[in-house]
Amino acid sequence: MSKTFKKVILAIIVLMFGAGIGLFVYKSEPKLNKNFETERTFFKNHPFRLGLDLSGGSHLIYKADVSGVPGDQISDSMDALRDVIERRVNLFGVSEPVVQVQGGGFISGGENKLIVDLPGITDVEKATAMIGETPLLEFKIERSKDEPITIKPGKDGKIDAEALNAQQQFVSTELTGRYLQKATLEFDQNTRAPNISLQFDDTGTKLFAEITKNNIGKMVAIYLDGLPISTPVVREVIPNGQAVISGSFIPTEARELVRNLNYGALPLPISLLSKQTIGATLGDNAVVAGVKATIIGFLLVISFLILWYRLPGLVAALSLCIFITIMLSLFKLVPVTLTAAGIAGFIISIGIAVDANVLIFERIKEELCSGRSVTDAISAGFSRAWFSIRDSNISNFITALILFWFGTSLIKGFALTLGMGVLVSMFSAITVTRIFLSLFNFVGDGKVAKFLFSSGITR
Amino acid sequence: MFIIKHKKIFISFSISLVVLSLLSLLIFGLKVGIDFKGGALTEVVYTTLRPAQADLDTALQSLELGSVLVQPTGNTGYIIKSRDLNDAEHALVLKTLSLGGKNELTETSFNSIGPSVGKELTRKAVIAIILVSLAIVCFIAFAFRKVSRPVSSWRYGFIAIITLLHDVIIPIGLFTILSHFYGAELDTLFVVAILTILGLSVSDTIVIFDRIRENLNNQVNISKSNFSEIVGGSLEQSFVRSICTSLTVILVLLALFTFGPVSTKYFALMLTTGMFFGTYSSIFLASPLLVLVEEWQKR
Repeated sequence: MSKTFKKVILAIIVLMFGAGIGLFVYKSEPKLNKNFETERTFFKNHPFRLGLDLSGGSHLIYKADVSGVPGDQISDSMDALRDVIERRVNLFGVSEPVVQVQGGGFISGGENKLIVDLPGITDVEKATAMIGETPLLEFKIERSKDEPITIKPGKDGKIDAEALNAQQQFVSTELTGRYLQKATLEFDQNTRAPNISLQFDDTGTKLFAEITKNNIGKMVAIYLDGLPISTPVVREVIPNGQAVISGSFIPTEARELVRNLNYGALPLPISLLSKQTIGATLGDNAVVAGVKATIIGFLLVISFLILWYRLPGLVAALSLCIFITIMLSLFKLVPVTLTAAGIAGFIISIGIAVDANVLIFERIKEELCSGRSVTDAISAGFSRAWFSIRDSNISNFITALILFWFGTSLIKGFALTLGMGVLVSMFSAITVTRIFLSLFNFVGDGKVAKFLFSSGITR
Repeated sequence: MFIIKHKKIFISFSISLVVLSLLSLLIFGLKVGIDFKGGALTEVVYTTLRPAQADLDTALQSLELGSVLVQPTGNTGYIIKSRDLNDAEHALVLKTLSLGGKNELTETSFNSIGPSVGKELTRKAVIAIILVSLAIVCFIAFAFRKVSRPVSSWRYGFIAIITLLHDVIIPIGLFTILSHFYGAELDTLFVVAILTILGLSVSDTIVIFDRIRENLNNQVNISKSNFSEIVGGSLEQSFVRSICTSLTVILVLLALFTFGPVSTKYFALMLTTGMFFGTYSSIFLASPLLVLVEEWQKR
């Protein structure tokens, strides 16, 4: 008796667990919960995170030119670039922007990329302008006469005359806008012309001191967005990290420049490689269609299970419900950014999740046919079906894993939901089903029991 | 078992489907989408009526953007395919589409992919395909590591790979037809679909083969004449299970195809076909092939 009692307790615990996370999913979803506004912040902080193709927005891919950065500093500069652009994007009030660095490994073709996702911004021109406005500040020094000049011909075999010219005069230094602490607008006391005064951070101060020390009597060129705006001659070492740009600015232009420099000067030059915008209505339609497909797919699967496998089918349908609540709460808690492909992965995982149940039930049926009692057949069915379950899940999991490693964000969304589905289903379809099914010992071995545990069109 | 008895019919059916798919691949070819080759895709919806396609064609030709393809979509929309566009060109295209502001429109989506991003994606796709294939072959090798008689282990593995090719080639054939008549293009999701089919259908074949070998081991004295009977018997034991596991996946895929987002329609259709023929091949192709190989061996 106590054994049965334990089983009942276990089943109740699993049910409570399922109900608990189901409640969490419900409470944290503004579209389902009417009292969402009054919920605790824990619930409010866990809505589903929708990808750009579902929420609408812009997806931009930039290439960063790292040719001027030593190899071991590339990742640092890329991180600095990301921070600057993130700051910039945040200033414009985009909610939950994602700015990611993609390293230049073998797979991505050696290019260092920056991926910017802007939910809700569907005007690409505005979006790119927002990011492009950030000025690129560089300090260059005169090229020494004996240093050889290397010129790479362009793709068409021609040599860019402009590049040749600029290269001959100045060479890049490590000092860029990355080391800028703050820029301020000043007016020359005599001419009333606007000047921009720069204050470097610690590293920048050291670099600037070194540059000025080595180049006394020579020119140091200050480049803004690839163009020299000021080429002062160094008179003495400047150890305090202060520099003044005295170009021929008009006051409004200078003020804007100071603002942009303070928002963050780009440490690396970037160029736009690809852009994508999805309108909000298109995204909404995709969400509605995705939810509809999920619900209908789920209903089809559970009706098949119950009609074909009867009592065990009902139990499998119950564990499928628990599977779905676990998956949905994981999407919220991890959090997983859901895309149309991700929803597809989730829907497929619903189909795969019951695979294990089908394997187990078919085994149970075989064991019943060979004359075992219902209880024996259930335990034999579970242990014998395990190898088939393991095999069919391994191949799916391998595929999901490889797709996740090598995929772009679109593929990753699919691979992640599918892979999670495979793992969670191993738990729900085996453990949960077993706990519930073991409760049905009492049905005994009568005709009714055999009927309930067989399947298909047999009696 | 009638499947084994009429194995030649089923094998011929599979062969002709594969040949047809390959023919359609050769004749129609695969249209590569902008994901891989780079380019721009602009989708607009007009507020009231959309202008005639011919008007837009001539207006867009004058922009000298190379070949620009205009396709109607929905009731009042167009999809415009061109080379990748920068901001100025994009603005110009939108202005041209409104025929100088006369026709009000909203842009529902815009996607411009530079050639280098396309190249990167192609490289990634190729690596993923190679890795998944390798992993699947390793998985097959692992599943058939034990020596068995009367057909040796590597032949099981070889047949498993043939059925996998069958499962992948037929959806590709279907896709070329879709691509020819409905303008479906080879994109990232196409590659994902192919790889997922590999993962989904390999296990089915392996499970049936496992059952065959289990039954062979239980037989103490295998007289070679009853090999086909054992295979037939194993099929009978496992085909319901095989169909049921696939059926649940096909049910959800059909729901995804019928009701799901537009962007995953072809994806769901490809997977459904792959799933269907994956199950078909593990029952009607793999085991008959096994018997056929055994018969050849005997001669």
